Amino acid sequence: MNFAPDTSIDIASAVNRATAPSAEPKLKVEKLNFYYGDNHALKNINFTIPEKRVTAMIGPSGCGKSTLLRVFNRMYQLYPGQRAEGKIHFDGGDLLSKNLDSTVIRSRIGMVFQKPTPFPMSIYDNIAFGVKLHESLSKSQMDERVEWCLRKAAIWEETKDRLHTSALGMSGGQQQRLCIARTIAVRPEVILLDEPTSALDPISTSKIEDLIDELKQEFTIVIVTHNMQQAARCADITSFFYLGELIEVGPSNEIFTNPREARTRDYITGRFG
Amino acid sequence: MAASISGTEADTALIAAHKPTGRVSDPIFVGLLWASGIFVLVLLGLIIAMLFEGGLPALREFGISFLWSTTWNPVTERFGAGVMVFGTVASAVIAVIVALPLSFGIAFFLTEIAPGPFRRPIGVAIQLLAAVPSIIYGMWGFFIVVPLIAAYVQPPLIEWLGPIPLLGALFQGPPLGAGMLTAGLILALMILPFITAMFVEVLESVPPMLKESAYGVGATSYEVYRNVSVPYGRTAMVGAVMLGLGRALGETMAVTFVIGNATRMSASLFAPGATIASTIANEFPEASIGSLKLQSLLQLGFILFVISFIVLALSRLLVRSKLKG
Repeated sequence: MNFAPDTSIDIASAVNRATAPSAEPKLKVEKLNFYYGDNHALKNINFTIPEKRVTAMIGPSGCGKSTLLRVFNRMYQLYPGQRAEGKIHFDGGDLLSKNLDSTVIRSRIGMVFQKPTPFPMSIYDNIAFGVKLHESLSKSQMDERVEWCLRKAAIWEETKDRLHTSALGMSGGQQQRLCIARTIAVRPEVILLDEPTSALDPISTSKIEDLIDELKQEFTIVIVTHNMQQAARCADITSFFYLGELIEVGPSNEIFTNPREARTRDYITGRFG
Repeated sequence: MAASISGTEADTALIAAHKPTGRVSDPIFVGLLWASGIFVLVLLGLIIAMLFEGGLPALREFGISFLWSTTWNPVTERFGAGVMVFGTVASAVIAVIVALPLSFGIAFFLTEIAPGPFRRPIGVAIQLLAAVPSIIYGMWGFFIVVPLIAAYVQPPLIEWLGPIPLLGALFQGPPLGAGMLTAGLILALMILPFITAMFVEVLESVPPMLKESAYGVGATSYEVYRNVSVPYGRTAMVGAVMLGLGRALGETMAVTFVIGNATRMSASLFAPGATIASTIANEFPEASIGSLKLQSLLQLGFILFVISFIVLALSRLLVRSKLKG
């Protein structure tokens, strides 16, 4: 594919993105190595994720980008044989430290998956479920919270009249926005998006991309995507992974117009991947 | 031209040469398939008819009240199914109540908690439990479990729970060991592997991404299990329990050993009782052909058949509705 940005937009985004490096680091990955059993999946990753920015991770399948995402909320710990070495600085502590409770980390670093995964319960309960785990709210507070996050996820208008019907009856795009609402409901600081639009149609995809743009006002967002236009459209920072290594990271417009590394250039121009 | 004609003729000859075998053998094959299919229906129909017809005189003699009458007196030849129907349902329900939480626990442990090397041995052990013949459970129950329960379980329960009003009625009588509770416990052990195996299957079918989503909002493994995995497989699990219940209803040998075989109605869990299956097993050898007793036993068999059928139909319905949804 050929990435040819519109010049006028490029100037605007260049100004916008020029501020990116000055943002506070939210997550700081230091000498991270990850193993699936004997398979060395991430090799010595050093990487900083700025606060209230959208950071995209791109790369061919199996390059380790989803793995890194699953390290951020310690999802890998559910599976024996997967282990991470190194450090991830988060809020003055080390994310990988055993002293930190996984459930607390996951409420502060939320995740949205490739496919919509509504729980088998009502729309309302899908959101209340996560909130109830961490806070005890009164009925009216909970109602407010549900409305707040459904509004944030731009799905309130479609759902307000059927909050107590099963979430399984919604369309795929609606379900995915519900999943985003559910993640926001816990009021995390970081939202991890693992190819959030790969199972959606173009209209739902563009709604989610608009949403991502909204959400970065309040949240730090990390998105894994196979769609390079999506990374170019949404992300302030883009990082390119290849064979378990972080090849290059920088402001999106630089990565997509003037990559430093030959491998990055080959990937974004579609020579492999 | 000639060549092409001869080619066609050759083809025709080829077809002609092959067709007869197909014409004869295929209908035979299809006919056999039909026969085996219909055989099942005929067999089932014959069993039902035989049971119903054999038990009909008892129903004529005692009327519809045979179903709930609690008299079972071979001397005066007054028979009723009440005690056995109650015993059958009660022992099966006790079995399910005891087996259900255990099955939940084992199934969750096996699917979520157990480290890899532990899963196989426990899984195999459960399958082996299912393979133990029921007569072995009966003997083991009679020689080991009954004395243990009489010595260590019943006396404290009678002492502590006996004096409580209403609830205490369940824990009355001498600590005999054999009785409704013991039968229920043995039955629980017998249906446990079965229910557990089906639960494991249901839990393994929960999409990993769905569970990860629940972990992703900060749920603990219990919360994921309770709020996501179980609701996801709820209907299939109810179906599994009903199938277990169906097995418990019809179980004969093990129950006969430990239930005490008394054809009296009692509210106490410790009192000896009888199930339909145990009564038939006990009394069939003593029933002479054509006697009212034999007819009553056949009628009992028919009632058991109907109860099992209802439970099975219900479970199928639930499992199927899950598969469709």
